[in-house]
Amino acid sequence: MKSTSRRSFLKAGTAITAVAAGLTPATAHAGPTNVLSPNRLGVLVDTTVCIGCRNCEWACKRAHELETAPLEAYEDRTPLREMRRPDETALTVVNQFANPKAPDQPTTVKVQCMHCDHPACVSACIVGAISKQDDGAVLWDTDKCIGCRYCMVACPFQIPAFEYRKAIQPRIMKCDFCTDRRAAGMLPACVESCPVEALTFGPREELVRVAHDKVRRAPDRYVEHVYGEREVGGTSWMYLADRKFEQLAFPTLGESPAPGVSESIQHGIFAYFVPPVSLYALLGAVMWTARQRHDDEEDQS
Amino acid sequence: MIHYHRPQPLDRTFLTRGVVVLLLLAANGLLWLAGRFVFGIGAVTNLNNQYPWGIWIGIDVAAGVALAAGGFTTAALGHVMHREQYHAVVRPALLTALLGYTMVAVGVSIDIGRYYYIWHPLIMWNGSSALFEVGMCVMIYMTVLYIEFLPVVTERFIGRVNLPGPLSPLNGPVDRLLRFLDRTLSRTMFVFIIMGVVLSTLHQSSLGTLMVIAGAKMHPLWQTPILPLLFLLSAIAVGFPMVIFESLIAARSFGLKPEMHILGRLGRMVATLLGIYLAFKLGDLFIRETFVYLTRVSVESVMYVVEVLFGIVVPMRMFLAPKVQKSPLLLFIAATLVVGGVLLNRINNFIIAYTPPYATHPYFPSIGEISVTVGFIAILVLLYRVIVLNFPVISLPDRRMMPASKYSVRG
Ligand code: SF4
Ligand code: SF4
Ligand code: SF4
Repeated sequence: MKSTSRRSFLKAGTAITAVAAGLTPATAHAGPTNVLSPNRLGVLVDTTVCIGCRNCEWACKRAHELETAPLEAYEDRTPLREMRRPDETALTVVNQFANPKAPDQPTTVKVQCMHCDHPACVSACIVGAISKQDDGAVLWDTDKCIGCRYCMVACPFQIPAFEYRKAIQPRIMKCDFCTDRRAAGMLPACVESCPVEALTFGPREELVRVAHDKVRRAPDRYVEHVYGEREVGGTSWMYLADRKFEQLAFPTLGESPAPGVSESIQHGIFAYFVPPVSLYALLGAVMWTARQRHDDEEDQS
Repeated sequence: MIHYHRPQPLDRTFLTRGVVVLLLLAANGLLWLAGRFVFGIGAVTNLNNQYPWGIWIGIDVAAGVALAAGGFTTAALGHVMHREQYHAVVRPALLTALLGYTMVAVGVSIDIGRYYYIWHPLIMWNGSSALFEVGMCVMIYMTVLYIEFLPVVTERFIGRVNLPGPLSPLNGPVDRLLRFLDRTLSRTMFVFIIMGVVLSTLHQSSLGTLMVIAGAKMHPLWQTPILPLLFLLSAIAVGFPMVIFESLIAARSFGLKPEMHILGRLGRMVATLLGIYLAFKLGDLFIRETFVYLTRVSVESVMYVVEVLFGIVVPMRMFLAPKVQKSPLLLFIAATLVVGGVLLNRINNFIIAYTPPYATHPYFPSIGEISVTVGFIAILVLLYRVIVLNFPVISLPDRRMMPASKYSVRG
């Protein structure tokens, strides 16, 4: 008698599991958009061409309504002496590195969000406030964001910045690939403002070809590495340089997408809710048997 | 079945010298907290774009969740495995878990920049986010904990509903409502108890997944794909030590005789649980060959060794000794070591191990951050005191069944 009812208990457990498994496909799709269109755009930054004029910094601030000094003030090169990072007041900054080959021509590197193809920030965001668009841009949505700053923990390039000084509606600030300007048919502000065409805007696939072409045609000028082509699964912004990228303060990263490990763990634990529901059934069975045994003992005594 | 012990409200005064100190600490914390709401997170904390998370996440949230694990481990032992002899510790552990998780929820809400959007994850889902999963599980589990605690409330008030003046006609209906609740709950409680255990295993481990996505930004001594497993095992191992720790403190503070027969037996189980945790922790160290980092003296290597040696190895050896299982003092020391070890592990994982690439100086919590965290803990202890003085949580030998001399009141 007892064993049959125990069996039906387990059967009920299996049934629950099956039902839950049937339910999940609908919920599994809930989440931010994360499309990887073959037509996605990007920018190729040639650090061997950049002259460190910081016009791009100024143009970016203007385009995003951030406070800025007049363009003339940017002729002052002293800010370049210090290593800076993009923050809530500047979505892109230019850093300077000594050039051993030509001491009077230091190397300058523009830094901003890389618009990753498999963005860690998108995978991490608790409410799906960040998303990867068709055109390659990784965008942040103020209507969803709760300000938890997990995107900042996740980003391998340490890009998202937070308005720590605001008590109400602090924002996550990062390059938005000038989405509004592009929608109006304009180029990204930095690309447009660059006087020496250090920044090339276009479809990413084409940019990869252009980059390798450049390296092939001038092997003395470049190292054979297009940074961002493969890093963390590829990024929309890519870089060319005349030396190893870690010497220009780029992080050394593998080729597997940053969210990979975390997502497979997540999906492993939650594989169609089977593990949690099975655990529930198992515990239920243990509880039921323990009760039975307990009652039996009480009957005997 | 004779119940030697019956949970009942304790008959003690609320105000003692210790309570006054706690009240001051709580007030100080709330003052700094007010600063956060008026001037923003940046004004009170040392957080910046390099270090987005500090002790409010590392201690209040991550360690808070781990140290509230006594709730689900005792529920599993007492209710699921149905070991009645442990029932006396289930309620205090449940109360600690309840208060602990409430602090976690409050801790999260004050740390996020837009606290008024705390409900967003309920309707805006991101299944691939470990934080989303932690958030959802914690929210549901907290509800389950409140449901599990309801019988304590109904027990306190059934037959004793006494509303003041104009509300007194409601006494009858409220009493009937409580009785109805009590009956329904006692029939359905097993659903919630199992649910609580499942939810706990889920979010205890997902809390470990949180830092996996930080990848190379986290020191290799801690960054491992088995972080979720290590978090779960350490949470299970810290559950009983936390119960021992707080039972002994409560016994001391309320002048009760500690339940050594229960606590000693719990202690013996802890040794096994710590052993399993240690095996995985060291196995991970050798398989990933990260022990090479221990040959260099650095903040990370020292913290790692302290965490493993004093948080796992020493207390494990202690819990095995029969002498420790019988002595309240030694048992207390061993339990404190485990609690401290897990606390340190969470701090290590979320703060020490996190080394962002462009930081110019390391993060150290500000006075404001420390004040708020200390204030929260003070409030927790105060609430615990208020509740056990007014609700049947702590078991005392039942006067009607036991000779009075069997229990001694010291204070
Ligand atoms: S660089 Fe960072 S912020 Fe930008 S898309 Fe990649 S992960 Fe997101
Ligand atoms: S801070 Fe905002 S955008 Fe970043 S993870 Fe949190 S909710 Fe998402
Ligand atoms: S505008 Fe062009 S040349 Fe000037 S700093 Fe920016 S990328 Fe370099």
